[in-house]
Amino acid sequence: MSNFETVIGLEVHVELKTNSKIFSPAPNAFGSEPNSNVNPIDLGYPGVLPVLNEEAVNFAMKAAMAINCEIATDTKFDRKNYFYPDNPKAYQISQFDQPIGENGWIDIEVNGETKRIGITRLHLEEDAGKLTHNDDGYSLVDYNRQGTPLVEIVSEPDIRTPEEAYAYLEKLKNIIQYTGVSDCKMEEGSLRCDANISIRPIGQEEFGTKTELKNLNSFSFVQKGLEYEEKRQREVLLNGGEILQETRRYDEKTKETILMRVKEGSDDYRYFPEPDLVPLYIDDAWKERIRAEIPELPDARLARYVKELDLPAYDAGVLTSTKEMSDFFEATIASGADAKQASNWLMGEVSAYMNKQQVEINDLKMTPEGLAKMIKLIADGTISSKMAKKVFAELVENGGDPEKIVKEKGLVQISDEGQLREIISGILDANEQSIIDFKNGKDKALGFLVGQTMKATKGQANPPMVNKIILEEIEKR
Amino acid sequence: MSLFDYTLKELQEKLHNKEITVSDLVETSFARINEVDDEVQAFLTLNEEEAKKQAKELDEQLGTDASILYGAPIGIKDNIVTKGLRTTAASQILANLNDPLYDATVVEKLNAEKTVTIGKLNMDEFAMGSTNENSGYKKTRNPWNTDYVPGGSSGGSAAAVAAGEVFFSLGSDTGGSIRQPASFCGVVGLKPTYGLVSRFGLVAFASSLDQIGPITRTVEDNAHLLQAIVGHDKMDSTSANVEIPNYSDAFKQDVKGLRIAVPKEYLAEGVDKEVKEAVLQALKKYEELGATWEEVSLPHSKYAVAAYYLLSSSEASANLARFDGVRYGVRTEKRVDMLDMFKHSRAEGFGDEVKRRIMLGTFALSSGYYDAYYKKAQKVRTLIKNDFEKIFEDYDVIVGPTSPTTAYKIGEKIDDPLTMYVDDILTIPVNLAGVPGISVPCGLSSEGLPIGLQIIGKHFDESTVYRTAYAFEQATDHHKKRPSLGGDK
Amino acid sequence: MADISKDQVKHVANLARLALTDEEVEKMAKQLGDIISYAELLNELDTDNVEPTTHVLDLKNVMRKDEPREWISKEDALKNAPDQKDGQFRVPSILE
Repeated sequence: MSNFETVIGLEVHVELKTNSKIFSPAPNAFGSEPNSNVNPIDLGYPGVLPVLNEEAVNFAMKAAMAINCEIATDTKFDRKNYFYPDNPKAYQISQFDQPIGENGWIDIEVNGETKRIGITRLHLEEDAGKLTHNDDGYSLVDYNRQGTPLVEIVSEPDIRTPEEAYAYLEKLKNIIQYTGVSDCKMEEGSLRCDANISIRPIGQEEFGTKTELKNLNSFSFVQKGLEYEEKRQREVLLNGGEILQETRRYDEKTKETILMRVKEGSDDYRYFPEPDLVPLYIDDAWKERIRAEIPELPDARLARYVKELDLPAYDAGVLTSTKEMSDFFEATIASGADAKQASNWLMGEVSAYMNKQQVEINDLKMTPEGLAKMIKLIADGTISSKMAKKVFAELVENGGDPEKIVKEKGLVQISDEGQLREIISGILDANEQSIIDFKNGKDKALGFLVGQTMKATKGQANPPMVNKIILEEIEKR
Repeated sequence: MSLFDYTLKELQEKLHNKEITVSDLVETSFARINEVDDEVQAFLTLNEEEAKKQAKELDEQLGTDASILYGAPIGIKDNIVTKGLRTTAASQILANLNDPLYDATVVEKLNAEKTVTIGKLNMDEFAMGSTNENSGYKKTRNPWNTDYVPGGSSGGSAAAVAAGEVFFSLGSDTGGSIRQPASFCGVVGLKPTYGLVSRFGLVAFASSLDQIGPITRTVEDNAHLLQAIVGHDKMDSTSANVEIPNYSDAFKQDVKGLRIAVPKEYLAEGVDKEVKEAVLQALKKYEELGATWEEVSLPHSKYAVAAYYLLSSSEASANLARFDGVRYGVRTEKRVDMLDMFKHSRAEGFGDEVKRRIMLGTFALSSGYYDAYYKKAQKVRTLIKNDFEKIFEDYDVIVGPTSPTTAYKIGEKIDDPLTMYVDDILTIPVNLAGVPGISVPCGLSSEGLPIGLQIIGKHFDESTVYRTAYAFEQATDHHKKRPSLGGDK
Repeated sequence: MADISKDQVKHVANLARLALTDEEVEKMAKQLGDIISYAELLNELDTDNVEPTTHVLDLKNVMRKDEPREWISKEDALKNAPDQKDGQFRVPSILE
């Protein structure tokens, strides 16, 4: 943006996949019948009290550590007061001045350059229920989601372009998925994002007035919404207007941001320490125990693939871009497949299939063991790479054992030299003219003889061997 | 003589000797309620059918291993949640909460001990008040003189025991709500150490101060009822995991050598002459029994009322926010949008005092005022807590009056919230410090109204509180006096 | 002497979601003012070096295991609902 610099900060909410809710023993599950995973605590009945789920704290610590936050030793919960039908106590149990994690960062890569984005804080809180607005003047409330453990991750205003915002979200999601504490599925709401954006004349130190974007249902909508907002703010300022502190939503149809409400001062949430919960003291032993449970994160994996497996950096980046893909790759090579071959298949045919079918790698019937076995069959010459495509088509669609598929489809390559020599002798006997042509320098004749051999073997002859034997037999005549 | 004039121990003997049945005990309750509750107005909801059915079952099942509370008729303050039994906290906003879906932990414990729940007792709405005049339903009367209030907020609980409508009852105490009505009605009421009794199922007023406690006719039975409801509860994060003594053991020991502290602030100006005299008489009795007493100071007690009202109202403003007409309770009949649905449901459902405290608490927590009011009050709370700790380095108990006065006339103070608040000055510091306190009868005023003696102990030292109270009770006969009501006249 | 204005009362009433009549606003302004004035007694005390007390007992790290437990049925969840539809709680919408 010429003359202006854009400043973006992101607030990301991630639901933690514990078995039970953060303050009540109700099951934490997505997609159940409305109000079936609730109890008097979730419904805010008179007299109920919250009891903290230890695993929610462990998961929040894990997420905070994975994004390089310092972990609080003394922390606590606070009440955030506001009325809304999806908020059954009319206060949300959250963390105000002592978040569980602070001062973190993640590295993102945009246009081949690495940039570090600071993370102000990560705090633990409870999710609200779900309010559905009908056009009959009423709204319906389902409290299944109420009490799902949630972490809120607030970035520093370090992001300068919508593209960086996209990269930040991809990276953050990837890291959190690696830790295993959340699915981070935007379509199920287990990852949600609000964006703050302002612009300022280049060289100006103080921030411009920011607007907040809500209802952003995918990372690309975040990027598009920010791009629109960046342009809108610039036009307002260039026309001598003023940016108001307002909340806007991104409309996916018109591709515009639309005003929801103008903020008058800051909201008064009347935070105060939650008297129903006692403070947390997180000692070093607890921190170390959690740290030890964090698996290898994507940046470390990428580096290892380059260094130890000799993969190109680009390939390693694609393979580690989701934990599922990377885990599949690891399992494939653990089953004996060559790393480069496994990488080629995953980035090529497997990814193409997933894109076409719109499925995730874990939805495939093909297992890493199956893929590894198929790669081995190619390597030892049992099947040709052409046959492999047929085997793959069956394997990826229905799963199963590649060896069995090869047999059932009669796809075994004829690599028996004696058998091939006998077939080829017969073909040469019947095509003497071709031998003459070949000897006279017509290379095409060789192709014809190979084709005849393949036809006679229904395509199962091992092509390199066929070539070799034909040349040898012609030489003999 | 009523069956309720016996002690639990005596009743148990009679039950096992087949002199009486549980049904007799339950009948005693309902007969007395029929006789006097038009005058006393202690009950909001009766559990008659279920109680009588349960009594029959208990009579069939009585075994030699029965608990000492077996079959004893109990009344439950209406802010304690009872599954299948209407629970309103005396608020119109919960008028239709006929089944709150679960039992409070204390109710579960009582059910295990086989007490029989007679009904739910009137109180000041959401326990905010000290006269029962703030009930959303009715004004309970003092059984000693029905022109007077029974005290509050557990006024129904104290009056029902004093009037002989139940054998004993449960109340709750946030700033004196068990001890003050016990004092006004001439019965024994204990506020336990914060964290000793589970708050799970107690409709929250001020979470950091609320405690459920027993109201009885005698100190001994008070200890038995406490024994049944204490203990660590996994459902309450603020419940203490401490070893529970056998409280009855306290009665085996006398008070020789007991060191009593008497804060000069507790006998200062503002305390009625007759009240002061009764307390001094009690101290004299303790001297006779071999205890010693000295005057001490709780220098920050004059700040307790202000700190208390800021803290309790702030917590209440959040605790009472859930009453929004969405999931349960009463919703306004007005055809309105969401925002006005909240505002009108709450405006129609809450009484004046509750609104006042919600407003005060919301103000104290609001942006720009938090440090000056809420946080300041929390710091003053620390100073008050320290005052108590310092005294308890040298003394075993603190003794003084429970309330500066005897019961007020109905209507006397209703429109003057501030002076009414200030009357809680002797009970409030105990809640702020989290220590246990009991009120036991120590005489009658010239008007024939009861006076209460307050005994305050160290954290989790209910045993010493009981020992001190028991020694006095056994040496006097204040607890044997009964009000005359209905047919008693 | 703390004065609480009627506007302040209205602001606080809105935060607390309480509909107050003009008469109630006036009365509340006076009563809140009285109580707040009384509370200013606390300013006599120097509390700069005093820690605030949130919990009177010194408890820490009270937590439960991550084990789900069945409790009430879906029907019970809606049992006391003032208004419901299709297994959900029904409320009037916000007027935009």
